[in-house]
Amino acid sequence: MLIVLSAIGLLVFSGLISFLCGRCSRAANLIGAGGAISGSLAGFFRAVQILCAGTAEHFHLVWDVPYGSLSFRIDALAALFLVPIFLVCALSGLYGLGYMKPWSGRKNLGAYWFFFNGLAASMAMVVIAANGVLFLICWEVMALCSFFLVTFEHEERSVQRAGWIYLAATHIGTAFIIVLFLMFGRVCGSLDFNAFLAARGHLGSAADILFVLAVIGFGAKAGFVPFHIWLPEAHPAAPSPVSAVMSGVMIKTGIYGIVRTLTFLGAPHIWWGWLLVAIGLVSGIPGVLMALAQHDLKRLLAYHSVENIGIIALGLGLGVLGIALKMPALAVLGFGGGLLHVVNHALFKGLLFMGAGSVQHGAGTREIDLLGGLVKRMPWTGATFLIGAVAICGLPPLNGFVSEFLIYMGGFHALGGQSSIAAGALLIIGLALIGGLAAACFTKAFGVVFLGEPRSSHGANSHEAGWSMRIAMSLLAAGCVGIGFFSPWVVSPVAHAVESVSGLSHVVVQGLLAPASSALLQIAVISALCALGVIVLSLLRGRMLSGRISSTEGTWDCGYLRPSEKMQYTASSFAQPLTAMFEPILRIKTHQPSFLIKEESGCDSHGSGPFFPGGAAFESHSEDFFLKSVYGPIFMAIQRLALRLRFLQAGRVQFYILYIALTLFVLLIWCLR
Amino acid sequence: MNYGRLALPVLALALAPLLPGIINRTKAVIAGRKGQPLFQLYFDLAKLLRKGAVYSHTTSLVFRAGPVVGLISAAAVLLVLPLGGAAAPVTFSADLIFLAYLLGLMRFFTVIAALDTGSAFEAMGASREVQFSALAEPVLLMALAAIALAGQSSGSPLHGLPFCLSVIYSRLSLATWMHSGPALLMVAGALWVVFLAENSRIPFDDPNTHLELTMIHEVMVLDHGGPDFAMILYGASLKMWTLGALLAGLIVPVRTGNSFLDAGACVLGLFVLAVLTGVVESVMARLRLTRVPQLLVSAGFLSTFALALIIWS
Repeated sequence: MLIVLSAIGLLVFSGLISFLCGRCSRAANLIGAGGAISGSLAGFFRAVQILCAGTAEHFHLVWDVPYGSLSFRIDALAALFLVPIFLVCALSGLYGLGYMKPWSGRKNLGAYWFFFNGLAASMAMVVIAANGVLFLICWEVMALCSFFLVTFEHEERSVQRAGWIYLAATHIGTAFIIVLFLMFGRVCGSLDFNAFLAARGHLGSAADILFVLAVIGFGAKAGFVPFHIWLPEAHPAAPSPVSAVMSGVMIKTGIYGIVRTLTFLGAPHIWWGWLLVAIGLVSGIPGVLMALAQHDLKRLLAYHSVENIGIIALGLGLGVLGIALKMPALAVLGFGGGLLHVVNHALFKGLLFMGAGSVQHGAGTREIDLLGGLVKRMPWTGATFLIGAVAICGLPPLNGFVSEFLIYMGGFHALGGQSSIAAGALLIIGLALIGGLAAACFTKAFGVVFLGEPRSSHGANSHEAGWSMRIAMSLLAAGCVGIGFFSPWVVSPVAHAVESVSGLSHVVVQGLLAPASSALLQIAVISALCALGVIVLSLLRGRMLSGRISSTEGTWDCGYLRPSEKMQYTASSFAQPLTAMFEPILRIKTHQPSFLIKEESGCDSHGSGPFFPGGAAFESHSEDFFLKSVYGPIFMAIQRLALRLRFLQAGRVQFYILYIALTLFVLLIWCLR
Repeated sequence: MNYGRLALPVLALALAPLLPGIINRTKAVIAGRKGQPLFQLYFDLAKLLRKGAVYSHTTSLVFRAGPVVGLISAAAVLLVLPLGGAAAPVTFSADLIFLAYLLGLMRFFTVIAALDTGSAFEAMGASREVQFSALAEPVLLMALAAIALAGQSSGSPLHGLPFCLSVIYSRLSLATWMHSGPALLMVAGALWVVFLAENSRIPFDDPNTHLELTMIHEVMVLDHGGPDFAMILYGASLKMWTLGALLAGLIVPVRTGNSFLDAGACVLGLFVLAVLTGVVESVMARLRLTRVPQLLVSAGFLSTFALALIIWS
C-alpha cells in the first residue's frame, strides 16, 4: 500500500515541480515525463504483485472533512484496474516526452505535465479510495485534470466546443454519483465503503434505485450509449498521449464504479443483468457502426471505445445474470471476460491512439482519406498499429481474442440455462456482428492510412515518430502479443478480481475457470505453432523464389496505363456498402454540389452543358443521432429557459447585494418561524 | 491431442483441392462440355509453385504476409474440425469460436493485402468481402449453437465439453433429425448460405467472371502471382473444405461409432455438396449486389428461428 501511495505522491510531486519550471520547457518536459514514468512504473509493479497474490491491503487516517476519512483499500479488483492505469500512464508519459516536444516554447509544458500526472494520480486514487467523500474528490480532480488536458490547444474553436461538451457530460454524471453516495450514506449511516459493505443485503428496494444511479452516473464516464457523446468530441481534441490515457483507462474508472457498486448492493436482481446486456448491445453495435462512418482517425477510435465498453458491459451483464440466476459458471466467465477486456482494451486502445498521434505527428493530418502508404515511411507505427488493429478486432492470437473468447463461453453457458437463453443468443449474435464490423472498420483504417499510395502531400511527406514514441508503442504491442500467447497464465490473476466481484470462493472460481484455461492453453499452443508455421512458410517461399525471376511492376489496373493515387479507393467508399445498409442508425448526410462548370470550357451547340466538366466535389458525414436529436434540443430548451431568468443578472452590484440581503431576510424569518 | 486423429487434417490437406474440381466438372457436364480434369487445381498449384513472382512497387510486407497468414490460419482450423462423428485432433470448449475467428484472421489479412496494392478494383472487392462476412459470421455461430442444442435436447445428457465442435457433431445423429428435423433443415439452409457466401460462389460471387467490377474474392487476389497465388488458392480450398465439413456433418448423420466410416461418410457428403454447388452455379445467375445482404440477413433469421424452435420444442 505504501508503495502505491508513494508512487501517487511521486506523480503529484513531479507534476508540481514541472509546473514550477514551466517557463523552461525542456526541464518541465523531462521532469514531468520522468515523474510520470517512474511513479507509474513503481505503482504498476506493486499492483501486479497485489493482483497475483490476491490479497487486500488497507490504509486509514482520520480526516477533518465531514463524513470523510482518508481510507484506502487495494483489493484484487482495485489492483486489476490499477495495473492498466499505471501501465498506460507510464507509457503515455514516455510517449508524451517525444510527442510534446514540438510544443516546447509555444505552450506551457509544465502545465501539461502538472495535469497529466495529476490525472494519473487521481485515477489511481479513485480506484483505491474507500470513502465516499474521498472518492468524489478524486473523481472531480480526475475530471478537471482531464478537462484541462483536453483543452490543451484551447485556441481552436473545435477544442473549446469539445471541452465544454466533456465538462458538461462529466458533471452530469458526477451529479448522479453524488446522489448515489448520499443515498448510500443515508441507508448505511456512514460514507465509508466498509459501512456500505456491512449494510449489503439490507438495502431492500433502495438497491434498485442505487443500481440505476450507478449505471447512469458511472456510465456517463464509461461512455455507454446514450451517454457516449463526449467521447468522439473529447478524444480527438486532446493531445494523443492524453487520448490514449482517457480512452484506454480513464473511461474504465466508470466501469470500476459500476463493479464496485455491485459489490455493495448484495444479491443482484435479474433485470440488472438484462439492463447491462442491453446497454452492451446498444453501445457495442451502434458504436462500431458509427466508427465505420468516421473520416477522422481519432474520432473513429473514440467510437471504438464506445463499442469496447459495450463488450465489457456484455461481460458484466452476463456475470450479473449468472449470480442472479445462481449459475456460477456464467458469472465467472462473464465477469472474467469483462474484467480482462478492461485490461486488454487499455493496451490496444492506448496503442492505437498513440499510433494515431504518431500519424498526426508525422503526416500532419488525421483525415483518413488524405493519407495512404504510410507504412513505408513509418514502419514502426505501421507495424504496431497493425498489431493493435488485429487485437481490437478480437482475432487470435492476440489479447482481444482472449477476453472475447471468455465472454463467448459465457454466452454459450447462458444458452444452457432456461431463463438466460435469450441473453446468450443475443450476446452471440451481437458479439459476432460487432467482430465482423470491427474487422471491416480496422481493415479500412489500417488499409487506407498505411497501405497503398499516399493520397495527398500529407502522406508523401510523412516521417517516423521519435524513439520515445516508438518504444512506448512497441511495448504496448508486446503487451497485446504477450497476453495473447500467455493467456492461460493471465486468467488466474483475473480470477482473484472475479472472486471479489462475484463473492464466490477461490476454489470455486478456479474450478469454473478450468475449462476456459485449458481451452486457452490449447489455443496458445496452436497459435505458437501457427507463428512458427508463418515463419517457416515465409522462408520456404523465399527459397523458392530465390533462383527465379521476381520482378517489381505497377499494380494491375485492368490495362489502364496511367493510374494515379487519386484513383485509389477511399475509406468512405470502402465503408459505403455497410454505412448505406445501416443508414437509419448513421444518418449520413452527403453534400454533392452540381458540377462546377468552368467558364472557359466550351458548350456544345445545344447549350446543354460543357464537353468537359470542370470538377466535382463530394463529401459525406454522419451525425451522431443522440447529439443532434436528443441532447441538442434538450440543451437548447435549457438555454431558452435560462435566458428568461437573465433579467436577474442586471450587472449592478447594488441589486446583487439586495438579493443577498433579501435571501438572508427570508432565511431569518424561516428560522424564527 | 490424439495423434491418430491427425489423419483428419492430413485428409483435408490432401483432398481439399478436389472440391473445386468437382464443382467445375459438374458445371461442365450440365453445360454439355467436357470440362477440366478433376485434379485441375492440383496441376495449377504445382505449376504456380514453380513460377516466379511479380510484385507491385506499391506493396509492402503486408502484401507478402497476406497469403502466408491466410494459408496457415486455414490450415490451423483443420486441427479443431471434426468430420461428422470423427473427432478432431484438438478439442476444447467453445472451439467453434476459435474456428470462426481464425477464418476471420484469414479474411483480415486477405483484405489488407488487397488494400496494399492501392488498386481501386481490389479495394472494391475487399469492401464487399468485409460487408458480407460481417453478416455471415453471426449466421455461422447461431447455426452451430442450434446444432449443439439440438444434439443436447434429444436425450443425451450434457457432459463432456460443451460447445466443442467434435462433441456437437458426435452427438448429432439420425435420432436428432427425427426429433427436431424441421429446425435442423432450417439450420442446414442457413449453413448452405454461409458456405456459398464465404466461398465466393454463385449467387454471391461469380468465380468465373472476367469483369473485375463484379467480382469479390477473385478481384482481391488479382495482383498475387506464383507461389503466393498458390497459397491463396490452396487456402481457399481448405476454407471450402472447412465450411463444407460443418454442413456435411449436419446433413449426413451417419454415426456408426467407427471413426473411419463416419469420416468417410462425411467426405462423401462433402463431395455431394460440391456437386450441389455445381448444380446451383449452373442453374442460377448471381444476385444483384444489393440483394446479397438481404439473403444473408434472412439466413440469420433462419438460424435464429431454428434455435428458438429447438429450445421451445
